[in-house]
Amino acid sequence: MNARRIAAYWIVFSVVLALLIAAPLVLPEFWRRFLTEILIWGLLAMSSDILIGYAGMISFGHSAFFGLGIYGAAAALLSVKPPNLWLALLFGVIAAAGVAAFVAYFSTRLRDIYFAITTLIFSQIFYVIIFTWTEVTGGENGLTFSRPPLAVPGLFSVPFTSQTLHWFVLAVVTLSYLVLRRITRSPFGMVLQSIRENEARTRAIGYPIERYKIVAVMLSGLFAGLAGGLYAIQNRFAAPDFVFFLVSGEVIIFNVMGGIGTLVGPIVGAAFFLLLREGFSRFFTEYYLIPVGLIFIAMVIFLPQGLLGFMRRTLNR
Amino acid sequence: MGIEQLVQAIPFDQLLVQTINGIVAGMILALVASGLTLIFGIMDVVNFAHGELFMLGAYVGVIILAATGDFWIALLAASIAIALLGAAIHVTVLRPLLGRDPLTTILATFGISLVLQNYALWQFGPVARKIQEPFTGHFTLFYLEYPWYRLVIALLSAGIIGALWLFLKFGTYGIWIRATTQDRVMAQAMGIPVPRVLTAVFAIGSGMAAASGVLFGPLVGVNHAMGLDWVLKAFIVVVVGGMGNLGGSIAASIFISLLESYASLWVSPAQAVIFSFVVLILTLLFRPTGLFVPTPK
Repeated sequence: MNARRIAAYWIVFSVVLALLIAAPLVLPEFWRRFLTEILIWGLLAMSSDILIGYAGMISFGHSAFFGLGIYGAAAALLSVKPPNLWLALLFGVIAAAGVAAFVAYFSTRLRDIYFAITTLIFSQIFYVIIFTWTEVTGGENGLTFSRPPLAVPGLFSVPFTSQTLHWFVLAVVTLSYLVLRRITRSPFGMVLQSIRENEARTRAIGYPIERYKIVAVMLSGLFAGLAGGLYAIQNRFAAPDFVFFLVSGEVIIFNVMGGIGTLVGPIVGAAFFLLLREGFSRFFTEYYLIPVGLIFIAMVIFLPQGLLGFMRRTLNR
Repeated sequence: MGIEQLVQAIPFDQLLVQTINGIVAGMILALVASGLTLIFGIMDVVNFAHGELFMLGAYVGVIILAATGDFWIALLAASIAIALLGAAIHVTVLRPLLGRDPLTTILATFGISLVLQNYALWQFGPVARKIQEPFTGHFTLFYLEYPWYRLVIALLSAGIIGALWLFLKFGTYGIWIRATTQDRVMAQAMGIPVPRVLTAVFAIGSGMAAASGVLFGPLVGVNHAMGLDWVLKAFIVVVVGGMGNLGGSIAASIFISLLESYASLWVSPAQAVIFSFVVLILTLLFRPTGLFVPTPK
C-alpha cells in the first residue's frame, strides 16, 4: 500500500510537472504570463505554509519578506552592471532572510494571535520605511529596472523570452518544493508539527522550541524572498504596495483556499484565487474582492481543509 | 547640541498644542480600541474588520447628516446601524466558528474587512467625503485658533466609554457579559443565553467603532481606506494595554497618541507611526501581558 502510494505520488508529480513544462508551448501570451505569476505567488504561499500549516503560526508578515526580496533584487539589478540574474536572486534571498531573522528573533517569543499581530506590525514598519525613504527606495513610485539575461557565467547568456522565463520560474519553484518537502519530512519538520500539536509537551520532551521557531520563520522568509526575486525579474518593478500587509493577507487566503499543511495546496489556492480574480474582474472590475472575499469567508466556515483537503476526503470516501 | 539648545529648539507652545492634540486623538483611539478589546476579551475574536466598521460608521454618518442635517441624529443612527450590521456579521459568520481555533476568526474577519472595504469603495467611490462639524467655535491657544469641537470629541469619547463601563458593571446584560467572560460553560449552565450575549457584545463593539468614525469624520475626510490605519493602531493599543483590559487600553491609547504627536514635532506624521510600533515591540518583549497589567505570577 505504502509503496503504491509513493509510486502514485511520483506519477502525479511527473504528470503535473510535464503539463506545466508543456503549457507555455500551447498557451497564448497572456495565459503564459498568468501561469508564471501563479507559480511565483504559489512559491510565496508555499513558504508561508511552513509556518501556518506545519508550525501552526499564522504570519501576517510575509509581505515584508516578499517585498524585501523584490527590493533586494532591485538593488542588485540597479547597482551591478551588467545586471546579473543570479546576483539578483541572491540579493533578494539575503535581504529577505536577514529581515526574517530580525523579525523571528522578536516575534517567536509570542504565540497565536500575538505572533500574528507582531508580524503584521513588523511588516508595517518596513512598509513605512520603504514608503518614506524616497532617495533609496523611490518612495511611492517604487523602482523600475530591466530584466537580466538568462546566463550561466562563462557558458552562455541569452535574453529571457516569456517561454524560457516560465521554465526558469518553474525550475526554481519545483526545486524549492522538493527542498521544502524534504525539510517538512525531516526530523526538523516533525518537531515543527509537534509544536503545532502541543507546544508544552514538545518543550517538556526537551526540544528548544524558540530555536526551532526562529529557524522556521527564517526558512519561510528565505523562500518568500526567493519568490520576491522571481517576481522582480518577471515584472521589472518594485513598489511599496508589495510590502503592505494586504499582500500577507492574500498569501493567507491562498493557503486557506488551497489547504494548509500540504505544500501543494497553497499553489492550488494561488491558482484558484488568481483565476477567481481574473474571472470576477470581468464583471466587477476592481471590486473583485467583494465576491472573492465572500467565497473566502464561506470556505473558512465550510471548507476548513481547503480545496485539496476537500478533494482528498472526497476521493478517500 | 547641548541640552539648553535642545530645549530652546522645542517651543513650549508647540509642545502644549501637541499634548492637547495627542489627548484628543487618544480619546478617539480609546473608543475604537475599547470596542476591539471588549470583543477580544469576551469572545476571543480578533476583529480585523473593526477598522471597516469604523469607516462604514463614518459613511452612514455622512449619509444621515446629508438627509437630516443634524449631527447628533447622524451619530446615533450610524451607531445603531453599524451595531445591527455587527450583529448580522456575528450571527452569519462568527457564530458557526464558535468552538474552533480562535485563529480561524482572524481569517474570517480579515475576509469581512476585504469585502466591506471594497463595498465602500464601490458604493461611495474613492473621493473623500467631509462631515460638517456640529459647531465651529474656536478658542485662542497661543497663535492657534483651536476648535472647541476637538475637545468635545474627547469628552464625548470619555462619556461613551464611561457609559460602557457602567453598563458592564451594573446592567443586567453587562453582568451576563462579564459572567460569560469568566466561564462560558458555567454561564450557560446558569441560564444565561451565551450565544445571544456574544452577539450583543459584537454589536456593542461595532456600534462604538461607528460612533468613533462619525466623531472623527470632521477632522479628516471619510474614505474607504481610513479603517486600515485605525485598526492597526487599535491593535497596538490593545496589545500594549493588555488584551481585554478596558482601563489599560484607555491608558495605552493616550500614551501612544501623545508619543506620536510629540514625535511628529521632529519627523513626518507617516514616520511617527514607527514610534508606536517600537513601543509595541518593546512591550511584547518585556511585558507580553501588557504595560498596564500587574505582572502575572
